[in-house]
Amino acid sequence: MSQSTRDHRGRPIVVVTGIGVVTSLGEGKEDNWRNLTAGVSGVRKINRFPTDGLRTQIAGLIDWEGQGPYCSPVHSLTLARKSASEAIAQANIGTRGSFPGPLFLAVSPAETKWDQRMEIYRAQNNGAGYQRLVKNASKGDYYHYYSLFQFGSIVEHLADEFGTRGQPISLTTACASGATSVQLGVEAIRRGDTDAALCIGTDGEICEEMVVRFTLLSALSTQNEDPQGASKPFSKTRDGFVMAEGSATLVLESYDSAKARGAKILGVVRGTGERADTFHRTRSTPDGSAIIDTITRSLADAGMQPEEIDYINAHGTSTPENDKMEYLALSAALGSHLANTPISSNKSMIGHTLSAAGAIEAAISLMTIHAGVIPPTINCHEQDPNILMDVVPNVKRNHAVSTVMSNSFGFGGQNVCLIFAAEPA
Amino acid sequence: MNTEKSEVWVTGIGLVSSLGEGLETHWAQLASGRRPVPSVDAESQAPYPVHPMVKFDMETQIPKRSDQRQMGPWQQLGTYTAGLALDDAGIAHNADLLAATNMIVAAGGGERDLEVDAAIMESLLASANPGPELNASLMSDLRPTLFLAQLSNLMAGNISIVHGVTDSSRTFMGEEMAGVMAVETAVAQIQHGQGDVFLVGGAYIAERADMILLMAMGKALYQGEHCPVWSREANDGGMVMGSASAFLVLESREHAEARGVKPYARIDTVVSDRCNRQAGAARKVADNLLERIADQLPEGALPVLSGCCGVQPQLTEEREFLESLSSRGISPAIRGVTTVIGDVLEAQFPVNVALASLAISREAFFDPFDDSGVELAYSGQPEHILISNWGHWRGESLSLIGKPDVALRGSD
Repeated sequence: MSQSTRDHRGRPIVVVTGIGVVTSLGEGKEDNWRNLTAGVSGVRKINRFPTDGLRTQIAGLIDWEGQGPYCSPVHSLTLARKSASEAIAQANIGTRGSFPGPLFLAVSPAETKWDQRMEIYRAQNNGAGYQRLVKNASKGDYYHYYSLFQFGSIVEHLADEFGTRGQPISLTTACASGATSVQLGVEAIRRGDTDAALCIGTDGEICEEMVVRFTLLSALSTQNEDPQGASKPFSKTRDGFVMAEGSATLVLESYDSAKARGAKILGVVRGTGERADTFHRTRSTPDGSAIIDTITRSLADAGMQPEEIDYINAHGTSTPENDKMEYLALSAALGSHLANTPISSNKSMIGHTLSAAGAIEAAISLMTIHAGVIPPTINCHEQDPNILMDVVPNVKRNHAVSTVMSNSFGFGGQNVCLIFAAEPA
Repeated sequence: MNTEKSEVWVTGIGLVSSLGEGLETHWAQLASGRRPVPSVDAESQAPYPVHPMVKFDMETQIPKRSDQRQMGPWQQLGTYTAGLALDDAGIAHNADLLAATNMIVAAGGGERDLEVDAAIMESLLASANPGPELNASLMSDLRPTLFLAQLSNLMAGNISIVHGVTDSSRTFMGEEMAGVMAVETAVAQIQHGQGDVFLVGGAYIAERADMILLMAMGKALYQGEHCPVWSREANDGGMVMGSASAFLVLESREHAEARGVKPYARIDTVVSDRCNRQAGAARKVADNLLERIADQLPEGALPVLSGCCGVQPQLTEEREFLESLSSRGISPAIRGVTTVIGDVLEAQFPVNVALASLAISREAFFDPFDDSGVELAYSGQPEHILISNWGHWRGESLSLIGKPDVALRGSD
């Protein structure tokens, strides 16, 4: 591998040559971008399962005609297939079914769900509880579930389909997972281990129990009467996030390799930063120090000053805690430059796609650079008076953007920040 | 970019298994000159035997009750063992070092509340209106903290909270190969200057009907009286799930020397790949992996730790692969770690690296674990130990653990 073009630390420069997106706003970059810039929300009443008795009855579900009965790993896999196919086609890399690099998949931890549990439980009247489940499972033919519900299942099916190189990695860093998949790809290319990497985030896991779990953590919006207005990052009346499904894929390549094969470069991954928090399982250190460090480290990794950031793609979940902490940390890390920097939350329209969010927002960050148009933060009719940022309320803005900072924070003290830039690197 | 690769040392080990806690205990049980006696529970998950978890003194590593209550047993075990490794490496309570310690945890998921699940299944069976009834049951019966207590990345989260590890934090999933990729990634990062210190490991507890259920769906479990992994070829094969956790502190040689820490062993290489597991495919992958490390393999007697799961046809393919080393002038002294500890999925490879590092540092190898005839005696002082760690469903890997050219841990 000959690497001649290096970044400020002497590492191979990492670029993006393919992007694929599927969200509640649509399938593919075109539909998503049209809806994102029109300020459309993909959130609606949940119709996949009965919501009687649930405090939250809305989500950014993705369903389509003829998809068959819902089965969570099949759904996450299908979403990942769609975004990966779009990204690989755009990058025009490798040959069909043979991607020339490793696969990093951000995915929700696998779990047998109630539908499967009850199917197996009902199969035979063999006592009760898990003994009955295990007995029935060992007598019946459930190999298809075994091949779907392992922690490595989805990534293995994707590796079979796209012919990625080597043993693929499934990862989770909760709501920062999508950004972590990009980090792993960047690190592999910077090491010179590979010229290309396939980084996918996917999440199609919305079921009764997921809704109940986040409800019990008081994390979800309960504004069921107005689904499209429920996700309202940075507004005074925000009351939680809205769960959503989606997937995005980035094809990463070394700059030299992309140039050599004449690929169109969609953007550069300038830097990544990370710092784990020690404060609490679901809350950030009150002084924001871990997030501040994450942002500062991403700037240092990119070799950039705060003043060089043109736009911030916020984590912006619409929970009271997140949006407050994100503002606090950005104020400290970017100083007076924050006041001049537009920031918006894609989650106001898409909802929070959990394991996929970091990848989807990375994709949209690159599309923002390309278009010179900033998608708005919708539902911002009364901005939180304690959050003094230019959140691009409600209406898109034409604004030349050549650098974007994208934040992702997750339960368990996970914090990741990515910085993208337009070519030239 | 620095092209000179850093040497990767194992400078801290935390190890707990059904055999007990700590390196001394494992050495005493596995290198005593007698056949080791695995700890087997034939009852709790019958008809499937499992290796039960030993009791450990949680207070010593997770002193706060409030922290203990936020975790399920699986997270407690991993957080505990991670603390042992940090202590062992002299990193615990050193704020500066902890802030520069990266973490890759190989995680499955935690335990569900089996009683709640059982009650819900029984009531849904009879219900005319199962959807709303499920919602009502979940809303009233799930504990708010249960989700976090079983969430995969919260083992890493708890390690950050309890022990203060705060550089990068990643959680890999995917059974045996998650453990392999966690170590492989950390080694690559250290070799290329993407971090000097990594805490890497995983945990698994077999006494969990929800996880037994998953393996039962795949007909992957061994039934009947416990027997050594190589002996299962005669009766359809299958896994015996184990309970263990291993965490390793991996460190660049320069960093360890600068702070005056001796190594147990050196990780020379970890290579991995995958296939769709059609007959013979895994063997072919392993042959190719062997080619990739061929120039690092010594001739003559070579100790081998195998994580062979016991599922057919991989069981036979892996045994034949290891025995084929003889055609390269290598006489392998194979030890089937799963015979004594069971299959511990994500923790399998960290356990194998811990045991290999232990043997390197003790300048001896383990006695044969069984009388199958597959495991030959070895009485030398290992310079290298080969680890063969394949997934029960997907993924193959080989790695080579070496003896550093410096004074080793335990040699003073």
